[in-house]
Amino acid sequence: MSASRILSVSGRALPLVGDDIDTDRIMPARHLRAITFDGLEQHLFGDDRAHAAREGRTHPVDDARFAGASLMVVNRNFGCGSSREHAPQGIVRWGIRGIIGESFSEIFFGNAVMLGLPAVTASPADVAALQAEIERDPQTVVRLDLESMRATSGTLDIAVHLPAAARDALITGRWDGLGLLLQDFDQVRAFAAKLPYLRDFA
Amino acid sequence: MATLLDKVWDLHTVRRLPTGQTQLFIGLHLIHEVTTPQAFAMLRERGLTPAFPDRIFGTMDHIIPTSSLRRPARDPVAEEMIATLEANCREHHIPLFGLGDAHQGIVHVIGPELGLTQPGMTIACGDSHTSTHGAFGALAFGIGTSQVRDVLASQCLAMDKPKLRRVRFAGTMGSGVTAKDLALSMIRQLGVNGGVGFAYEYAGDAVTRMTMDERMTLCNLSIEGGARMGYVNPDDTTFAFLRGREHAPKGDAWERAVAWWRRMASDATAPADDDRVIDVDRIGPVVTWGTNPGQSVAVDEPIPDPRSLPPGEREAALEALQFMGFDAGEAVKGRRVDVAFIGSCTNARLSDLRAAASLVRGQRVARHVRGLVVPGSREVQHAAEAEGLDEVFKAAGFEWREPGCSLCLGMNDDKLSGAQTCASSSNRNFRGRQGSPTGRTLLMSPAMVAAAAVAGEVVDVRSVVPRGGAVQ
Repeated sequence: MSASRILSVSGRALPLVGDDIDTDRIMPARHLRAITFDGLEQHLFGDDRAHAAREGRTHPVDDARFAGASLMVVNRNFGCGSSREHAPQGIVRWGIRGIIGESFSEIFFGNAVMLGLPAVTASPADVAALQAEIERDPQTVVRLDLESMRATSGTLDIAVHLPAAARDALITGRWDGLGLLLQDFDQVRAFAAKLPYLRDFA
Repeated sequence: MATLLDKVWDLHTVRRLPTGQTQLFIGLHLIHEVTTPQAFAMLRERGLTPAFPDRIFGTMDHIIPTSSLRRPARDPVAEEMIATLEANCREHHIPLFGLGDAHQGIVHVIGPELGLTQPGMTIACGDSHTSTHGAFGALAFGIGTSQVRDVLASQCLAMDKPKLRRVRFAGTMGSGVTAKDLALSMIRQLGVNGGVGFAYEYAGDAVTRMTMDERMTLCNLSIEGGARMGYVNPDDTTFAFLRGREHAPKGDAWERAVAWWRRMASDATAPADDDRVIDVDRIGPVVTWGTNPGQSVAVDEPIPDPRSLPPGEREAALEALQFMGFDAGEAVKGRRVDVAFIGSCTNARLSDLRAAASLVRGQRVARHVRGLVVPGSREVQHAAEAEGLDEVFKAAGFEWREPGCSLCLGMNDDKLSGAQTCASSSNRNFRGRQGSPTGRTLLMSPAMVAAAAVAGEVVDVRSVVPRGGAVQ
């Protein structure tokens, strides 16, 4: 199956401030109780949103100013913890097409790329400036460009980073990489047959 | 001169992909009921079938009830997920250790028990605690559901090779100190994101002396420090554990396997990209006070004042203190607990249950505490029952359950309610992790959980004299 090329993402953005936001917070485990990913967008940050509402605050996901956002701006070690793909699935199904953050957990990052969701990093100062700008003017349009590896917004123009393989996969439309793994599959079978634990002492 | 990471990675490198990533062959794929139904559905959509069904093994652990083996399960969603995995395994001829099977259990407990987990392998599973299997000198890591699809279809993954950090645990574990305490201390020192981009190689006297159960606890918690995989080089302790297990090599093949496994260990002089030393002599029993596994103290140490922490950690510490209902400078010791949970892929093996039982023998769980013991597998459950540990726990007022993940992640009926505080032998104290959005988790070793259950509050396990046996 061929996937589409992802060269840039433009739109309004949602700032989600905080370090070490784990996938249990992004998608609480009780919403993993299903055999499909359908409807996960409703439960995105479910507990955090309810908690904010109880305290008379509005969680960014419920904040009308950020409704319809296409990008999310996060801080350090976003998506740590459980490997549940339900977390990035919920984010994508909610309408987010790109994430800019200080850093990501490895499993979350890998899951995101496989869904065609670029998760790029920027310096803590640049992330903070971007979050502040969106807070100041939620209508501001952020443009994440994977060809120039820059994110621009209003007066800001910041450098973003993405490992070369992930960038290449997204901009060439090969982020759904199963096709590559299945190419010349006889080679894979021949390779496996030579593994010592499958050949010599299985 | 190469490390185990280099050797196992190279051995499993099928080819370099046009993206620059490695096509890595996966020697063992473990699956369970919660992260696979969508993967099988994606496979079906593309008209694909599993390429190496004999290298895939399934079990059920995450959503299954631990109160009853009855089918259909009372929870219709659990029943649907159980039935879906059964149908998928049947259709694709994948061996499955289902509900009631003699080998069913938490996926990271049964792999080693059955001898499926072996040195020198690559192991993947749709669960972040797959790092557990690194205890055997395997490269083992968690994956998402789309990657489960890839491994089902091709038995391969597109991966980037991690860097290697060697963490040397120097010194001797004191009385009442466990592998859990070493791991939590390491995470506090290196950070919950300190291991991102690294595989952790655990070394040093303390690790060499560890049992396989202890090494599994240590490797299990690698991911809580941000490292997707962590391993211990295979040695005689590893081989002694594997010998005679159902899927371990037999006869001449055993000798060939051991010789090969020895060669897969890191060469003595092979350098790592980064080296750290953890002073084990200074480590006491550890408890968490916050909402990530790095927010911990020794049980006799006050909770740090957020103002004393690095600027980047202050805000999170303040929020965590508020969520947990602690004040800066307060001790975790003395915190009243409502629930005591002994279970999970981190600490629900036989040695964990023995350590906990030694502290509750002849005692009673405090009147206000609900105690749960959930064995890691059917095999652990049976072995514990053969030793009479179930009777020890039940006599003390604990519930003795069927194997599963249970209260570690609250996907079944085992949940905290409201703002209950749980002394837990599990791995994550994230907000909401144990099934109640406001529930509070204190991570600690199984012996510490048992001692807290009896006292009704967090105590220093070293101050408790066990009746009928030393703390292990």
